[in-house]
Amino acid sequence: MGLLSDPNRRQALISLLTRLNAPICVVCYMAGVAWFMGLAFEPFTLRTYMSENAMGSTMVEERFPAGERALATGREFASQKNKVDGMPVDWLVKAMQARGLEVFTQRFTRTLPFPDENNERYMVKGTNVYGILRAPRAPRTEALVLSAPCSPGDNNNQAVGLLLGLAQYFRNQIFWAKDIIFLVNEHDLIGMQAWLEGYHHTNTTGMDWSPLQGRGGSIQAALSLELSSDVITSLDLVLEGLNGQLPNLDLANLFYAFCQKIGVLCTIQGKLPRNDWDSVSGYSHAVQTMMLMVMKQASGRPWGDHGLFLRYHIEAATLKGINSFRQHKTDTTTIGRLLEGMYRKLNNLLERLHQSYFFYLMPSLSHFVSIGYYMPAFGLLAVILLLRALDLWVQLVTPAAPTEDGVVDVEQQSGSGVLSVLTPLVISHLTGTALYMLPIRFQEMAVEHFPVSETEAVVLTAIAVYTAGLALPHNTHRFVSGEATEQGWRVLKLVAVLYLAVLLGCTALINFSLGFILALTLVPVAAFITPHVPKVLSAFVLVVLSPACTLLFSVFFFQELQEMPVSFQDGWLLYLSVISQGILDHFLYGSLVYPLIALMVYPCWLLFWNILFWK
Amino acid sequence: MAAPLTLLLIVAVTIRAALYRSSLAELIAERVEVVSPLTAWKRVVEGLALLDLGVSPYSGDVFHETPLIIYLFHFLVDYAEITFMLADVITAVALYITVKDYNKQVFRKQKFALEADRYPADCLELIRSPKEMYYIPLKVAMFYLLNPFTILSCVAKSTCGLNNAVLSLFILSTIKGNVLLSAIFLSLATYQSIYPLTLCAPALLYFMQRLYIPVNVRRASFWWFIVQFAFMYLGSLFVIICLSFFLLGSWDYLPSVYGFILSVPDLTPNIGLFWYFFAEMFEHFRLFFLCVFQINVFFYTIPLSIKLKEHPVFLVFMQLAVIAIFKSTPTVGDIALYMAFLPVWSHLHRFLRNIFLVSCVLLACSALFPVLWHLWIYAGSANSNFYYAITLLFNVAQILLVSDYFYAFLRREHHLTYGLYLKKKDGSEATLILK
Repeated sequence: MGLLSDPNRRQALISLLTRLNAPICVVCYMAGVAWFMGLAFEPFTLRTYMSENAMGSTMVEERFPAGERALATGREFASQKNKVDGMPVDWLVKAMQARGLEVFTQRFTRTLPFPDENNERYMVKGTNVYGILRAPRAPRTEALVLSAPCSPGDNNNQAVGLLLGLAQYFRNQIFWAKDIIFLVNEHDLIGMQAWLEGYHHTNTTGMDWSPLQGRGGSIQAALSLELSSDVITSLDLVLEGLNGQLPNLDLANLFYAFCQKIGVLCTIQGKLPRNDWDSVSGYSHAVQTMMLMVMKQASGRPWGDHGLFLRYHIEAATLKGINSFRQHKTDTTTIGRLLEGMYRKLNNLLERLHQSYFFYLMPSLSHFVSIGYYMPAFGLLAVILLLRALDLWVQLVTPAAPTEDGVVDVEQQSGSGVLSVLTPLVISHLTGTALYMLPIRFQEMAVEHFPVSETEAVVLTAIAVYTAGLALPHNTHRFVSGEATEQGWRVLKLVAVLYLAVLLGCTALINFSLGFILALTLVPVAAFITPHVPKVLSAFVLVVLSPACTLLFSVFFFQELQEMPVSFQDGWLLYLSVISQGILDHFLYGSLVYPLIALMVYPCWLLFWNILFWK
Repeated sequence: MAAPLTLLLIVAVTIRAALYRSSLAELIAERVEVVSPLTAWKRVVEGLALLDLGVSPYSGDVFHETPLIIYLFHFLVDYAEITFMLADVITAVALYITVKDYNKQVFRKQKFALEADRYPADCLELIRSPKEMYYIPLKVAMFYLLNPFTILSCVAKSTCGLNNAVLSLFILSTIKGNVLLSAIFLSLATYQSIYPLTLCAPALLYFMQRLYIPVNVRRASFWWFIVQFAFMYLGSLFVIICLSFFLLGSWDYLPSVYGFILSVPDLTPNIGLFWYFFAEMFEHFRLFFLCVFQINVFFYTIPLSIKLKEHPVFLVFMQLAVIAIFKSTPTVGDIALYMAFLPVWSHLHRFLRNIFLVSCVLLACSALFPVLWHLWIYAGSANSNFYYAITLLFNVAQILLVSDYFYAFLRREHHLTYGLYLKKKDGSEATLILK
């Protein structure tokens, strides 16, 4: 307790921190960014390794033979899909029954809060079909899931064909210890959400579904398959789930191990693996892969049908087959062997996957960065906020005249101080609540008065409320305390900085990427805003670093990283659709990004805007 | 002062009523930081259902409330929300009257000391004026009613609110000087949860101060007063326990209530220190560590009473804090009660050293509790270590807060005796260091 009770040492440390506050903040920020960029440098990462002993060696002989038959089934599925113009439920039921599975269907309906222009749906009605392969000689306590989405048009037919082919093959094996559920879901994520809610008897999103008639045990792992071509050149692994949750790293390790064994080219984020980590282009390739993962995780969307399983503590991943212009093609039989091998290994699990990491970043499929390595980057950014808070506290507590430790009663100012802080807080949170609630509530009114569609109405109302927040009054404290004191804005800034620190800390724990990106843009703002900096320049910087503009830049950056750069027009339209998807994700699946930004990050940013214009 | 107090009460009741009607009420009622197995409303309802069926509510391990509570809610279960809001209002009003009375006594004592010229010349700035003490009772009531911890506890319908009401009535009757009522309320509070037993010491010290009985173990009047108080206290405790026996017709409740509090068989996570320790413990050592942990709660009574024998009200604050931190299943409602007293010591601000650090840590930990609970239980990515780390940090911050106020209080007393600006023997300025 020496530091906390010895006044001389405390005084020395505090005076050091207040004198060197700005330089230390700048150094910490640079160090944080440099640390983050250094994470992609291969010598700083670890090779992936299998942690779960039950999935140790890949000594399995895969014998799946029926790739061609699976493709034929896929073609039949495609024609049935065209005939029925939707999901061919009866055909699927008959096909699964013919393969010896216990088949059940589930109907679901959902009216979206506003039409989804990306997928062109508003009132969604659909059916999920699933067949359960019962384990021959085991109690029915655990299950594995293999799912393929039923997509409109020509997509994913081969996936469904392969699913049915695997079902037939698995039915003849005697070593299955867990039930295997083969699921074909309609309307991708909405159908998956309905199925999962029905399976687990929860109803968190207000969807209407019929109860499931048949059930396996508790699901240990799930894989979702997206295959749209007869031959592929590489298999892509998609890990990011809802709210940035990731499956256990062992699932990725399993996939990588089997790809090495069978000789299939495997990628993550669609980027091919490279060996030249010591060259500049090799390093930038790794950085791009990692940044793609960070962007995808920060968006909080599920990037594959697997994303919704993670919430129920089920490790899941999506495998996407990519057919590009390369020499070596992999046929369906090989993919079937890969899946057979993975399922045989998952069959061996004695308990849920928990040995490996749940929090990681992957600069490539064979290397990863765990939470212990990437959290210090965020920690360095958070330290800036704490240093600033300490500096403000010391300024607030010590007056000009020197005395002993801890001085004049903050009592006199605390009365007016509390009230002058409370007003901006209440106003900014009310604006945040308006940003959260108004776009959905007033879409009908907006559609009546303006020539826009509902989706555009929602998005444009959101942007309008966001911009209107900039015009809020900044001198409400004058009416409360009668004069603008130097103390007033310092107290407000102290509260705002601490609020931002706690908010970013909690966000980084749940979704590191979102927390880090918000920290990168908001921490410099929070640290250096005072009423005395040049107003126009700071206002411009503040707007450029606000959450909405960060999102705009992220959209352009994301497109660049995927090597599909967009023009400004297309980028702006993409930005609007990203906002509408974010709002829809919140209402459909319970994504937390939109409420977090509207109800907490935006009011915090408004507080700093208020401080800038404090009169 | 009645008008601001009434306004405050109306605001507090409105907030609670609004939250009762919203969908947050069920969410809050499940949080482990707000309800414990001893105080959860769900369990009270379960016990009432068992009682209606004619089965003893203590069969099975669900119900751990005392028989008086179950009979109270037998008649009031339809008005449960009003009961809990009323309990909060009673606590706030009792604390308000208590602090007003205490301030009057402090001011009177200060006036006598000033007239007797007992303070050194340079510590006049430490003297408190009635103007600065005028708003303190209202602030105490505000700190209790508008504390988010209290609001959460009330909305969750945790019986901690009722315990707080009984404790505040005990403090009120002590300050007013009514020995019998004080003993009765203290025995009710002890009957509810054993730990308020330690509040006997400050009550005794206060009465002795008020009745001018010297606190000296060699004097007969000291022991005679202790015997009187003990008789009243133990007598009322005996009456209440026998009443409980006759209400339900069996002694079942003794192991269910007191056995549960003392032997901690249920390791539901909460904001206390017991659950993780005893989850990790080997059976062989369980009894030993159980004794150590339970003695820890009672242990600080004697040393604190000896040090603070002139200041029994501060001793009450310290004891409430020690109980809230070290009891076997604390909840945020217990914390809210001792935090309500903080405005009474607002004149110690200039001597507090760690208030910034402590408030930052308390704020951050309160925000991190639900996040880490979510990561542990729902996402499955964290485990109990993460949650216990935040619990530990939270309790360390509370201990730091209490010890900081203790230091500031003692330092002010020291300055009042020896002067504010201390000089070493050669006349230069000295600094006080606590070693």
